[in-house]
This record gives sequence, structure tokens and C-alpha cells, in this order.
Amino acid sequence: MTARGDGAPASGRSIATIGPPNTGKSTFFNRLTGAGARVANWPGMTVDVMTARVLLGGTLVRLADLPGIYSLDGHSDDEVLVQRFVATAPLSAIVAVLNATRIELQLPLVLALAATGVPLLVVLNMADEAAHLGIAIDAPRLAAELGVPVVAVSAKYGHGMDEAKRALATLVAARPDPVVANLAAVPAREARERETARIAALAVRMPAVLPLGITARLDRALLHPWLGIPLFLVAMFAVFQAVFGLGVPLQDATKWLLDALKTGVIAPALETAPPMVRSFVIEGLVDGVGTVATFVPLLAVFFAAMAFVEDSGYLARAAWLMDALMSRLGLDGRAFVMQLMGFGCNVPALMATRVLRNRAARLLSMLVIPFSLCSARLQVFLFLTTAIFSPRLAPVVLFALYLMSFAAAFLTAVVWRRKYSSREPLLMELPPYRLPTPSMVVAEASRAVSHFLRRATGFIVAGVLLIWVLTHLPPGATPAGPETPAGWLAEALAPVFRPLGIDPLMSIALMFGFVAKEIVLGGLAVVLGAGNDQLAGVVAARLDAVSAMSFMIFTLIYTPCLSAIATLRDESKSLRFTALAVLWPLALAWVASFAFYQAARALGF
Amino acid sequence: MNLSLDRLLTNHSASIVSVSASGMAGDRMAALGLLPGRRVAVLRRAPFGGPLHLRIGPTELMIRRTDARAVLLDHVHRWISHRTA
Repeated sequence: MTARGDGAPASGRSIATIGPPNTGKSTFFNRLTGAGARVANWPGMTVDVMTARVLLGGTLVRLADLPGIYSLDGHSDDEVLVQRFVATAPLSAIVAVLNATRIELQLPLVLALAATGVPLLVVLNMADEAAHLGIAIDAPRLAAELGVPVVAVSAKYGHGMDEAKRALATLVAARPDPVVANLAAVPAREARERETARIAALAVRMPAVLPLGITARLDRALLHPWLGIPLFLVAMFAVFQAVFGLGVPLQDATKWLLDALKTGVIAPALETAPPMVRSFVIEGLVDGVGTVATFVPLLAVFFAAMAFVEDSGYLARAAWLMDALMSRLGLDGRAFVMQLMGFGCNVPALMATRVLRNRAARLLSMLVIPFSLCSARLQVFLFLTTAIFSPRLAPVVLFALYLMSFAAAFLTAVVWRRKYSSREPLLMELPPYRLPTPSMVVAEASRAVSHFLRRATGFIVAGVLLIWVLTHLPPGATPAGPETPAGWLAEALAPVFRPLGIDPLMSIALMFGFVAKEIVLGGLAVVLGAGNDQLAGVVAARLDAVSAMSFMIFTLIYTPCLSAIATLRDESKSLRFTALAVLWPLALAWVASFAFYQAARALGF
Repeated sequence: MNLSLDRLLTNHSASIVSVSASGMAGDRMAALGLLPGRRVAVLRRAPFGGPLHLRIGPTELMIRRTDARAVLLDHVHRWISHRTA
């Protein structure tokens, strides 16, 4: 196995950044590498690692940003990944990124890394914060005691980065051949603790009493026994509003632009093409890709907000507040934040579960999130509730759907928590509050968007084309008519849907909803042969309150949309899990709609 | 008879005597500074039986009450919180 990457020069050297969580390691990595970083599979590894290439003293070096770990001999998923990485990939150097304000706790990890035989550079990040807190670190003394170079930086503001880069270039130039870490040489924990105490006494001076300052004052309000949870809900509501208020208009603007492109450029260009080709390109490709593209502004706004919540230190506090509830469901407090985010859009919420470092905990969260009533489903429900129910009743129905969304999520967590149980204790640092810089927030948003586009586009386009084939073949057939595969399928599935009060035509609309929930409406318009302006009347004539409710319950629960499924598959890296995440909601939707419809009819409604 | 960390009162501190957690929990506790000899303070408890908010030296962290049971303490003092700061 080699650590050489695709396209790296044959003499390519590799460096890994390692450090505990909350040290600003990724910020340091981004400072070092500029904008070129991307999440990629490291050769020989099955897990995504953030990688980038950087020019160090005239040599192109491949850099890997490994997940945050507390120790080199731990048993968590991330710790095992890092052990496996350093024990198999030959490295020219390891950069240990530490939080200077936590130096006494983090030196044992440095001592372990120094013993592996791989050349080591120690970066004391957040040097500005340490100085502010009155923590004095004698870097030359520390370097002498550790026997490795030490540089102090502030990655957030870019201070000391040149020095760090120079030190790294010197280190890489000194050892031409890469080394595989020898984990057997790592001293025992007790020995490292003793050595840490000795070195800290020589090189670190802590202030007698740390100034408490803003963090303590903020915590007194934000973690207040009675006010804490209401304030959290208000904060989440604000984030949600920001996502809605900024993201949805941007989404509409994107849609408008794409429509203009379609009618102004693509349709005229295909004027002379055969009708099947025209339909394939416009209704298949362009509409499909357009659906994906409209997710982009929503994702960008969402991730900017999420980065702000996470980098500010509030996410850990929210986890602390909500853990009492979530631990009873087999989840931890952070999962609640994702669940709420899912009400804006499931896709970024699924991607954000990456902060859950335990795989089982993460999979359970990802199974639960798609039940969040996202803005796309809200569109469908707003339309149907206003078309069918009285203005007085419509909001009540909508509220009931929100309650059902929570109920389905909690039920799923309770049912599956045994299979996806995590023994990982929720031991987390509550870092001091920090004001995230705009550039960090923007970088996070653009990284999330490009990741989504790179990974999900192919899958989504394939799904869209499949739906096109189902609804447009054979040539000349009415779209989604009885002679198309969708028509046969609806007929064949009629016995399944009839007990739910959903007729075959309506079930075709649900097939459209597989692509994106907002398409359910467009699908209804197609199969019922009604224009957008008459749709409300046609639907109201066709559905009574009970079957409309049954249809909405099914739409709420039945299956994540194609973008969400693509994300589930990409984030879980497991087809079996993805299949479960599609089939379980489908079964649950059927049971819920069946129970509702039959009970309502039995009661004489 | 030593007091376990889950029963240490809010705004009190104590010395850690022993940590009887192994595996992942033990590693994580050691890495975050829950080690014999250190002083730990309980700053607050989350409502509805939620986790504890601890302070060990300059580090603040959260721990579930069930995990805190593994940490045994002595020398309990009322913690002088720096409310005037």
C-alpha cells in the first residue's frame, strides 16, 4: 500500500495533521492548503479524509487532515481510523495541532506521536487565546524537552503560518524517505502522564485562576435551568428562519434562471429534434439537473448557519441541553439539533451528522432525520390542506402533520436504537465561545456545496432519468398514462394502495415525489391533466378529507427524496443501510396511512 | 466511603480518587483530564436528568450522570465560583 495519491508526482510525499477535537486543526489545514482541499478517499483507506496538495520548499506534498482524536491508543471509530492510517500510510511528517489553552491535557498525545518514529512538528494553535487567558508557553523550552520543533500560531487570524510552513519544509527535506508509524513504541498512559507533568512544569505557566469572562457569563444565561431550552429553541428558530428567509428566495431565483435557460435557449435549440429526444433532454435531463441545482442555495445558507452554530461553541451546549431527552431515544443531544435542521431540508441535516463521530450513533441519526417535515413537503401540504380543508381547519391539519413527523422520528429511534446502539460515552469538551470569522463560515458553506454536487449529482441524474423512462415510454404515450411503465406499475400496485384510499393515479404522483417531494404537485397536475391554476379544484373534487389526509400521511413518511437518498448512500457508504433507510419509511408510511384511513372510515368519516 | 461524581453537588469541587471506567470511556475520561489527583468542579446540571457541566483546570466538559458514577471523589469543598469576575 502506498500513500501516493492520484496525480501526485511519483516522488510525492505525504503529511498528516493530527490533533484533538476543538483545536482548530481544520482551520490550520485550510490555512496551509488554501482553497484546494477536498474530501477524498485516501488510497488504501475506505474512509473519507480531507486531502490537499501544498508546495513546501519546492516539493509538492500531499496533506491529509485526519479526524480529531484525544489519544493514539483509544477505541473510538476515529481513533481506530487514525491508528490504521499512521500504521499503514508511509508519512514524511506528522503535524500535531494543539489548542495552546489546553496544552497540559494534550501533551500526552504529542508524546505518543513523538514515539512513533515519524518526524513530528508541534503546532500550538490559538496562541492568541492562550495569551489572552494568561497562559505562558515557553516554546523553545518545550521544543527542547520534546525533541521536536514547536511553532505557535493563530490559524484563525493567520498569524505564524509562514513560520509553520518553513518548519514543515525543513522537516520534510531532512528525511527523504517516508516512515510508517511504529505504534508499539508508544509509551504507556501512566508514563506519558508523568512526562507531561514534568515538561509542563518546565515550559508552561498557567495563571492561578483563569479569567472566566464572557463564556461564563453567556453560559449563565444560555445554560440556565429554565431559560436554556427555550433560548435554544429560539436560536434554532432563528437559524431556521434564516435558512427559509434567505435560502428559499435564492432557490426560487435559481429555479427562475433555469426556467429562463430552458425556454429561452435549450427549447429553441431543440426545435427540430425528434419529439422523444426533446422530451428526454428537457423533461428528463434539464428538469432533473434543475431540481438538483435548486438545492444549492439552500445548502449554502444552511451550512453557513450550521458553521456559525458549531464554530461558536454553541452546538456542544445545545447537546448538553437536549441530551436528557435524546439519550432516552438512544441518540445524543447533538442529534436533536440535526433533527430540527432537517425541518428546513433533510439533505444538509444528513451531511451535518458528520459531527457525530460514532458510526452507530450517526447511522441512527441519519435514519431518523428524513422524517423531518422539510420545506419541500411543506409546499405540498400547504397546497393540499388549503385545497381541501376549511381555512379554520387547515392550520390544525398542518400542525398534526408536524406532530406526526416527530412521532415517526421518535418511533424509528426507539425501534432501531438496539441495532444502532453506541456505547460511546457523551464526554465532550464545552469549548469557550468564539466569534466565527466570516471567511471560515463561507469556506464551510462552499465546501459542503461542492461536496454535495460532486457526490450526489450522478446518482440524482440517474434517478431522474429512471422516472422519465417510467413515465414517458413507449414513444407517443401520454406522460404517466396507463400504457407507460408507471401506468402498469400503478395498476399492479393498486391492491397495495387501495386500502389507504389512494387510487392508482394518485400513486403515480407519489412516484414523482421519489425525485423530490415538491414534484408531487407537478406529478398530480400531469396525471390529473389539470393546469396549475385548476389543480386545486380538480384535487378537491377527487379527494375527500379522509383520503386526502391519508395521502398526506403517506407523502410525509414514505421515502426520502432522491437527493436525500444520494446523501444517505454517500454518507453511510453502505447500500444495505441506504436500502433500510428507504424501505423502513415506506413500510411505516403504509402502516400509518392504513391505520388512519381504515380507522377513520370505520368511525364513519 | 467515597462520593461518586454524579452525586457531587452543584458549585462544589472535589479531588478525584479513582476512575473505574475502562475501554473507550476510560480513555476519553483520561484524555479530558478526569484523572486521579485532579480537582473537578460541578458547574451545573442539565434539566430532566441531563448531563453534568464540569470544570477541570481550564477545561470545561460535559459528562452523562451514568458515566460520572465511575469517578470517585474525596475532599469536597464548596467551589468558589468567580461570580464577581
